[in-house]
Amino acid sequence: MNWGSAAEFFAMGGYGLYVWGSYAAAAALMLLEPLLARRRHAQARRDAALAGTDDDGL
Amino acid sequence: MNALAPPLRLFTFAAPPRLYALMGRLVPLCWLLAAASAFAGLYIGFFVAPTDRTQGDAYRIIFIHVPAAWMSMLLYLVMAFWAGIGWAFNARMASVVARSIAPTGAMFTFLALWTGAFWGKPTWGTWWVWDARLTTELILLFLYLGYIALVNAIDDRRRADQAGALLALVGSINVPIIYFSVKWWNTLHQGATISMTAAPKMADTMLTAMLLMTVACWAYAFAVVFMRTRAMTLEREVHAAWVGDLVGRAAVGK
Repeated sequence: MNWGSAAEFFAMGGYGLYVWGSYAAAAALMLLEPLLARRRHAQARRDAALAGTDDDGL
Repeated sequence: MNALAPPLRLFTFAAPPRLYALMGRLVPLCWLLAAASAFAGLYIGFFVAPTDRTQGDAYRIIFIHVPAAWMSMLLYLVMAFWAGIGWAFNARMASVVARSIAPTGAMFTFLALWTGAFWGKPTWGTWWVWDARLTTELILLFLYLGYIALVNAIDDRRRADQAGALLALVGSINVPIIYFSVKWWNTLHQGATISMTAAPKMADTMLTAMLLMTVACWAYAFAVVFMRTRAMTLEREVHAAWVGDLVGRAAVGK
């Protein structure tokens, strides 16, 4: 175990800004991207439900 | 056994409905693998791996920085490969896969640059320098963005796929340049962390955490690319009968 307390953990030996700044950006982007992909899929399904089928069925 | 199910061939999953269904089954497995390995990797990275003697705890950025940088390069090559297959064999779904890789690759490239800046500031004293490794990685980001802009700027989808494939393939020359930049030029950036020919220059626990985070990023990329491919497949095949069946569309006019 590296950390004596939660405060020590968040301080990261004085590098808290840099370590957490890196992981915060990663977490934000890696949550946002799948949410956008899921929304796009849901939108495509809605659009498909309203669209017509081609005559040749292809 | 479904009498209509064809035998499994090389191009079986080039058929949109089959690829759509296969990816749908793989997405939850990929998320499970991503979450489990990220949890294990972060736990080992933050609670088991010791503080670095020279860099203090700033080095812990490595557990996201190196996997993101690896993924940025790997995804570019995979994107260029599928774009090329889509062009050479007129395989539509290969082009769709290439397109859906691009945003994820751009995201990892941005993360590699961002986490690199946040690591450079405490260790080099600067957020950014126009050094070979950093500059070529920035060019990689521009290649991804250029590819995305190009394929979206051309209305004819197949022509857009072809133009994108050309850009992706020509741009792939940048990937070995990024990789070897730390050898070819004098640079602030350190050399390769992991080499096939030498023992790792880092503690076992650090290496384990970094490899687990790489597995997590890899599984994440599969999951999100599959999700986007499924969405793009529905967009392209919106008028197809199988999509109609999928979304419960009533047959019209017949």
